[in-house]
Amino acid sequence: MADSASQRLEDRRPLSPHLQIYKMMFTMVMSGLHRITGMCLYAGTLLLAWYFIAAASSRHSFELASWVYGSWIGRIVLLGFTWSLFHHLLGGVRHAVWDMGYMFDPKGRETAARLTLVGSILMTLVFWILAYAYRG
Amino acid sequence: MVEFTLPKNSRVTTGKTWPRPAGATNVTEFRIYRWDPDDGKNPRIDTYFVDRDDCGPMVLDAILWIKNKVDPTLTFRRSCREGICGSCSMNIDGTNTLACTKGMDEIKGVIKIYPLPHMPVVKDLVPDLTRFYTHHASIEPWLKTSTPAPEKEWRQTPEDRAKLDGLYECILCACCSTSCPSYWWNTERYLGPAALLQAYRWLIDSRDEATGERLDYIEDTFRLYRCHTILNCSKACPKGLNPALAISEIKNMMIHRQF
Repeated sequence: MADSASQRLEDRRPLSPHLQIYKMMFTMVMSGLHRITGMCLYAGTLLLAWYFIAAASSRHSFELASWVYGSWIGRIVLLGFTWSLFHHLLGGVRHAVWDMGYMFDPKGRETAARLTLVGSILMTLVFWILAYAYRG
Repeated sequence: MVEFTLPKNSRVTTGKTWPRPAGATNVTEFRIYRWDPDDGKNPRIDTYFVDRDDCGPMVLDAILWIKNKVDPTLTFRRSCREGICGSCSMNIDGTNTLACTKGMDEIKGVIKIYPLPHMPVVKDLVPDLTRFYTHHASIEPWLKTSTPAPEKEWRQTPEDRAKLDGLYECILCACCSTSCPSYWWNTERYLGPAALLQAYRWLIDSRDEATGERLDYIEDTFRLYRCHTILNCSKACPKGLNPALAISEIKNMMIHRQF
């Protein structure tokens, strides 16, 4: 920083650490997850679109899509997609509840966030159990 | 925009380890952020050892002990030492709070202290709060009326007065605003939890006659709606206030005034 002396003091001031040092708060992480799952849904929608387009175009392309989604990696991606869907759905409900002014108390806000996470995992599990049960 | 790293001049380096107090048996280790505007170097983390048997119970007691007995150059703001002036706000053990009301017993292990997050640093633990105060001033935190002033005071029922509880107690320590990632990423344009809580304090004051005008100013994608209910603000507030709830109430006022 040889030129530091020539700089104005206001411009030399460092920015204090933020994300690097702030303790991970549960509701903060859940807010981040809501965004990330929202972005995953864009990718998931493309996967869904490919499936429909493949089904509408030819037997061969449908079989290819089915093979990709039926593979282990495909299933893990779809598991992630369904979880993102349920998580984002419940996150939306949680934000709607907060927007109406409820569950802002210290206990309520943690409960709301916890319900979203537990609920999304449960819904994903039930969805996949049903999916395997009805697959035939 | 989200920032994952610090600018080059802000990256923190390892600093000096100061000697342990001789003969002390009850010692707590402190790692404290330091930046000196005069030496042209990057910020650093200094390590200190505090003799707990020779020191009061609060974090403020400890940093005063360090300043008095170990390193007089350690710089921080403090005044009332009882949680009413809001001067000694800083990031202690990962969350923003007042050094004077935070007990050392509440923290396990090494006590890490940083200035309030994502702020320009004046020196050590002293951040530049200019913009924070500008945001507060912008919501015009005073009674605004258009009817002629009464002969004595503006009267208010006990019920209406009670609506100000949980709002008027704010000491403007900036713990909430500087805990908010939205405030970090949109410091220029988002008013932040502290200014919005104060805005709400005037919006629901039964004596105030500028509600519409106040809502007009706040109703903005950035000024108000950068709040994404992350809730770091309400968790950080050392006075136990709930800025997130106040912001939600403002959002509701925005909807209700459309009907």
